[in-house]
Amino acid sequence: MVSLRNHESTARDTRPRRGRAAGLAERWRALPALVRFPLAALAAFAAVVALTSVTGPAEDLRIGSVGYYMLAIAGLQLLIGYSGQVSLGHGAFMFIGAYTMALLVLHQPAFPLWLNMLITVAVSCAAGVLVGAATARLHGPYLAGATLALAVGLPALTVRFPELLGGSNGLAFSVRGAPPALAGVVTGSQWQAAAVWLTALLGLVVLATVNAGRLGRRMRALRDDESAAALAGIPVGRTKVVAFLISAGSGGLAGACQAYLLGTATPSSFTVALSLSLLAALVLGGLGSMWGAFWGAVALVYVELWGQELAHSLSLGTNVANNLPIVFFGVLLILVILIWPQGLHGMFSRLAGLVRRGR
Amino acid sequence: MNHFIDLTLSGLSSGAVYAALALSLVIIYQATRVVNFAQPALALISVYIAYTVSQATGSYWLGFGAALVTGLVLGAATERLLIRPVHGRSPLNAIIITLGLLLVLQGLAGMVWSNEPHSFSYPLDYRGRFSASDWFALGSVAAAALLLFALYRFTPLGLRMRAAAFHPEAARLSGVRVGLMLTTGWAIASLIGALAGMLAAPPFIFPNVLDAVFVYAIAAAVVGGLENPFGALVGGVLIGLCLSYVSGYAGPELTTLAALAILVLVLSVRPGGLFSRPTARKV
Repeated sequence: MVSLRNHESTARDTRPRRGRAAGLAERWRALPALVRFPLAALAAFAAVVALTSVTGPAEDLRIGSVGYYMLAIAGLQLLIGYSGQVSLGHGAFMFIGAYTMALLVLHQPAFPLWLNMLITVAVSCAAGVLVGAATARLHGPYLAGATLALAVGLPALTVRFPELLGGSNGLAFSVRGAPPALAGVVTGSQWQAAAVWLTALLGLVVLATVNAGRLGRRMRALRDDESAAALAGIPVGRTKVVAFLISAGSGGLAGACQAYLLGTATPSSFTVALSLSLLAALVLGGLGSMWGAFWGAVALVYVELWGQELAHSLSLGTNVANNLPIVFFGVLLILVILIWPQGLHGMFSRLAGLVRRGR
Repeated sequence: MNHFIDLTLSGLSSGAVYAALALSLVIIYQATRVVNFAQPALALISVYIAYTVSQATGSYWLGFGAALVTGLVLGAATERLLIRPVHGRSPLNAIIITLGLLLVLQGLAGMVWSNEPHSFSYPLDYRGRFSASDWFALGSVAAAALLLFALYRFTPLGLRMRAAAFHPEAARLSGVRVGLMLTTGWAIASLIGALAGMLAAPPFIFPNVLDAVFVYAIAAAVVGGLENPFGALVGGVLIGLCLSYVSGYAGPELTTLAALAILVLVLSVRPGGLFSRPTARKV
């Protein structure tokens, strides 16, 4: 790997220098991952705080939703895009996260938010290890089928244990808003959106760091050729289970953020359609890049909103309006695969490349 | 004991439905190496067409025929328009395309026929311990399986289809139109899927009615080994019986998780399913 890196840097040095902007970009890329990712996250967090300071409460919630969807999709990216395991059950981990959060708030009201989040991550990682270990020998369609069963079967548990999990109505709770010291400065919804984004960005930093390191290289080797990776000494089963664990942890954390933002956890929000929409958003955003998670999350939240507005302005019936987003996602999924397999991120980076060359 | 016999009988008839849907998955997997996640949606549209035709004409059996024809046409169209373009690319592409089609068709069904459930009649009398409808389910699936076996084993078309699935290059060299054979395979599979949908949907039909059935069918197909039609039939009946016992003795909410448990259990012992032969994977 060392030799590869040297090779990269020499290739970079032979390229002609193009102005100060290009030089800055070079220097940025030369920073170690542990410095670069937190800095980028800090910048993104500042941008979100600035954005929510000018938007209303409804928009704040939507911005918060983009945050947790981004985290969920990034976790799926690690599993599908990098380690090549197709999971259709990511919604199940969001379900676990949301219910863990709801139960903690209801039964341990004294716990602070960050502790709840940490416990949620631990619980969903444990669930991820269980599922990952059970399915580590499966691949391709076998794994997809097994995880699909998980996504369909798990929410039914709420009906099985109605006293604990609230049956089909789910659990409702109220969360504490901004601390008293900040009461006049930020509104409740701004505080919530900021908290969700901070959590999501911290999660993303972990995911991006993992992906840039040895584990990420192992996962990509596994994805590209399992037998060759095994011959090269990569522990196939363990790497797969770890990928499942990390992805489950971020899915659970995203579910916890959702529960925190909405104040409810209901089984009807964790349908198979959610798992499939997450996959659709991932493919739409672009497989194989963390930026894809951001674009996918934006699409997931705003396509639904625009669909409703469009249906309203065209005065389409409720049957059409309710099903518009899912049809739209389905069509996008098919079109992206048929026409533009790199997704939105691929499109944007290609455009950026054209602009750079044109200069 | 009485309860046990009741559960066994109901498990047999629902198992027949899972077996039919599993069979349709296996036929497609054998031919094109794709798990058709859009199968429940293709069946769903077929059942809705049957519903509309039955409402318009007042005859259940006209609707039944319409469903089978719809299944045939939809299957062929899916292969031709959506699967053919990604043939030979990464299997993830085909999986995502079929998932996209699933979303589109379920959404369209909701748009046209609304998300509210409509009542949908059984083919025959459904009352009693092992009713006429249960017999019909068992009989029609058995008949479909036998016809399929006869088609593959004894007709020139079946021989060509097997050749196209087994060795496309060699088949093409000996004059088999491989593409046409793949389309035929999808059409037949989707027809059997429509039959399963007609058997599984009553008493109500709504866009998500086949989701759970599909999960059981995938479990059945995987348990039997995705490449073995006989395995799909055995897997379907096996899953039907097991789930019937789980539902009767432990509670109906646990059936899906039980299906997952069976899946994991079987696959951890035999990763390729019960009826798979060990194969060498190429590096």
